[in-house]
Amino acid sequence: MIAFLLRRLGQSLLLLLIVSVIGFAILHLAPGGPMSQFAAGGDMTQADLDRIAEQLGLNRPLPVQYVEWLWRMLSGDWGVSYRDQQPVLHIIASHIGATLELMLTSTLLAMLIGAWVGILGAIRRYSLFDSLATVGAMIALSIPTFWFGLVVIYVFSVGLGWLPSGNRYTMGDGSFLNQVHHLIGPCIVLALVSTAVWSRYMRSSMLEVVNQDYIRTARAKGVPERQILMRHALRNALLPMITITGLHVPTLLSGALVTETVFTWPGMGRLFLDSISYRDYPVVMGILMFTAVLVLMGSLLADLLYGVADPRISRSGR
Amino acid sequence: MNKPSTKTPGLALPALHRREVLALGAGGILAASGLGARAQGKAPPPPPAKPSGQVVVGLSQEPTAFNPLMPGIEVDETVWMQVFNTMWLAQPDGSLVPDLAAEVPSEANGGISEGGLAWKVKLREGITWHDGAPFTAEDVKYTLELINAPGFKARTRVGHSLVKDIKVTGPLEISWRMEKAYAPYLALLSNTFIVPKHLLEKAADPNTAPFNGAPVGTGPFKWGTRTPGDNIQLVANEKYHGKGPYLEKAVLKYVPDQTALYAQFRTGQVDLIIGTGIPANFYAEAVKLPGRKVVKIPSASLEVLMPNLEHPALSDKAVRKALYASINKQAIIDIVFYGLHIPTESFMPQESWAYDPSLPKQSYDPALAGKILDDAGWKRSGSGVRMKNGVPLEFAVSTTTGAALREQCQQLMQQDWQQIGIKMAINNMPAAVIWGEFYTRSKFQSLLVGTAFRTVIDPDPAHRFGSDAIPAKSGNGANQMQWQNAEADALMKQGQETFDPEKRKAIYQKLQVLVREELPILPIYQYAPVEGYKEGLIGYLPNINARQNTWNMGQWYWAK
Repeated sequence: MIAFLLRRLGQSLLLLLIVSVIGFAILHLAPGGPMSQFAAGGDMTQADLDRIAEQLGLNRPLPVQYVEWLWRMLSGDWGVSYRDQQPVLHIIASHIGATLELMLTSTLLAMLIGAWVGILGAIRRYSLFDSLATVGAMIALSIPTFWFGLVVIYVFSVGLGWLPSGNRYTMGDGSFLNQVHHLIGPCIVLALVSTAVWSRYMRSSMLEVVNQDYIRTARAKGVPERQILMRHALRNALLPMITITGLHVPTLLSGALVTETVFTWPGMGRLFLDSISYRDYPVVMGILMFTAVLVLMGSLLADLLYGVADPRISRSGR
Repeated sequence: MNKPSTKTPGLALPALHRREVLALGAGGILAASGLGARAQGKAPPPPPAKPSGQVVVGLSQEPTAFNPLMPGIEVDETVWMQVFNTMWLAQPDGSLVPDLAAEVPSEANGGISEGGLAWKVKLREGITWHDGAPFTAEDVKYTLELINAPGFKARTRVGHSLVKDIKVTGPLEISWRMEKAYAPYLALLSNTFIVPKHLLEKAADPNTAPFNGAPVGTGPFKWGTRTPGDNIQLVANEKYHGKGPYLEKAVLKYVPDQTALYAQFRTGQVDLIIGTGIPANFYAEAVKLPGRKVVKIPSASLEVLMPNLEHPALSDKAVRKALYASINKQAIIDIVFYGLHIPTESFMPQESWAYDPSLPKQSYDPALAGKILDDAGWKRSGSGVRMKNGVPLEFAVSTTTGAALREQCQQLMQQDWQQIGIKMAINNMPAAVIWGEFYTRSKFQSLLVGTAFRTVIDPDPAHRFGSDAIPAKSGNGANQMQWQNAEADALMKQGQETFDPEKRKAIYQKLQVLVREELPILPIYQYAPVEGYKEGLIGYLPNINARQNTWNMGQWYWAK
């Protein structure tokens, strides 16, 4: 077990290094740069722009900039935003709460509904419900989030006036109910797509299990159908879901680019988008590394949990 | 000087919209100039005795830079204007009104002497910083010195780098000398916010001082809290030295998408939209919103076609004249931009005191354009594209990707020019790319760009038009079209050294005639952005001479 952990950690560090090199290179080699936002206005002269670029260290060769960034990163200094003049970790920390709130709510919603739809679809395969669920899932998966978000705003906010058209809370009213009210719109949009995804996974996983020999054996023994489903089928069908959940962890914290923008939700997704459009290199790199660590941790966690949940895949034997 | 109302009727709007737009537009402008309530026969209610209520200002960009001397973009100034003050402030009519200073220095009052080389400023008494410390001449000295400090990431040193021998001659008196006479410095100081010495000098490095994340100033509002990516809350400074503040709280709310921002304005979650404003395509709908006032505001930004004068074809004045004569400005404004903007011939905003209204009017005349090209020796070749001495008359126009209306504008130009044998390609790029070295090092062939050609509020365009201000050549300035003209250089030098407004006006009018003749830029229109606010908000007053229309937010209040 320890050997496995150490090996995984070693692989992860190597992966992180590769991610950082590729990310840094793509980011810096992409045309444009952080000075563009200032140049467009026309009131800063080239001497001003050049001096600031020099002060930010943007004129040095890329490998030098990378090594310096890496060295600082290793010593725990994630750098300072070009746009905000704030430490990168501070900026990430100030956006993560909003993302977590939105993603946890929508993911829980999607998992519950998705699992229910998936299970029901599997045990009543080819029923009217199953067909409707399948078609519904396909439609939900094909709808562009951006468009759907705007439709929700148009119908429920502009048209009916039931929901706020964005933001995390009303200015001057931070009550719990007010926050829940604001959560509904973006949650519907986010949950729609993930419900479809979860229900498809759940359905196929469940289908695989209900056709196994041990289910037939249980039925032959006369175990009540309900008990077969809950104890034998569901428990086993949930196993692959652990992996999916593990891989889903990073999204919980890295946010949803499109939905956060449409609903003006001040989360990580929007921070990432804004930072890229301003070429705020330290923040983009910070988010990239943060997300990479989450992905690696999520998959490691999934592997470990899998071993716990399913003794057949125990690591101790290796 | 602020007279957008005289321009509104000049627009040939589509018949369907004309009447309602004009009616609402005129009403909006009256209200915007503070006359609305009076014009309707009732005086606005008096402001509250104690600051009360809050306003939520919707912005489509996020203010992130809070040290007003460090690099920032226009939207950052919404914060600076509330928290800090400048020595004097530009009014909508262009006049300067003393703020931290007791009076605006001039040659008449002796504040400026020796032909502009010696400056002396008396400051206002009784001003305190938000933390209670008194404001003194030391703060002004510290500010001017910090801008020029070698390691400090100052936003711009234009003008400031000429300042030397700063002396504090009394607690509220300061004097300095200039390396050369530079009249625009008065305007530059109207946009130079004074920072507190006692807080910044304590920091080991002013670039990373805690002050930069929680600024302390002298302005009508104090820094409150910030939720990054979402909003900034400012609270009333009850010890403010000027009028107001009348609002207890001001929220600057960031809504990244312009359409989403407009939706929040419609549903009432933001009280007003300023800055990038309401998208042109929503204007007709917005003016009909109940409980909202939607106004076209004057702006100093111009939409121009900026040719690169080193391009083999565009360097020919005849080509630029032909291009200009075959731009269908009215179609662009009416069809593409919903009749919002104002056609212009000058690089100067039409509200400026130095504006020359007598410049020849461009009219859409493809036949004339063809003749100009024929006369200049640009002959049609087999492919239909004109040639001269082996140089084909073809070039690309670049602008920011995703600006849908500008893309339509490009297509209109492309069609018109194709008919007279000019081949134009469209080569658009994302903002972070196009406004990088592509722009600053003049790597473009031509650009469709919205920009300004003045120094803050001063008519001096030397950093945009001067031969010594070509970044691709001298590494300085912002003359990206690479225009070189000795006569223009001489006029601009004269303009900088002259302090008498009447004489300066004559100089800049000559320059406008020259620029209209030489066409280093092809002016298309002057922007008339659309801003909106909730009915009942009193005090909102568009100011072409302020970077943002929150410039007088200290005087805003709600009619109860």
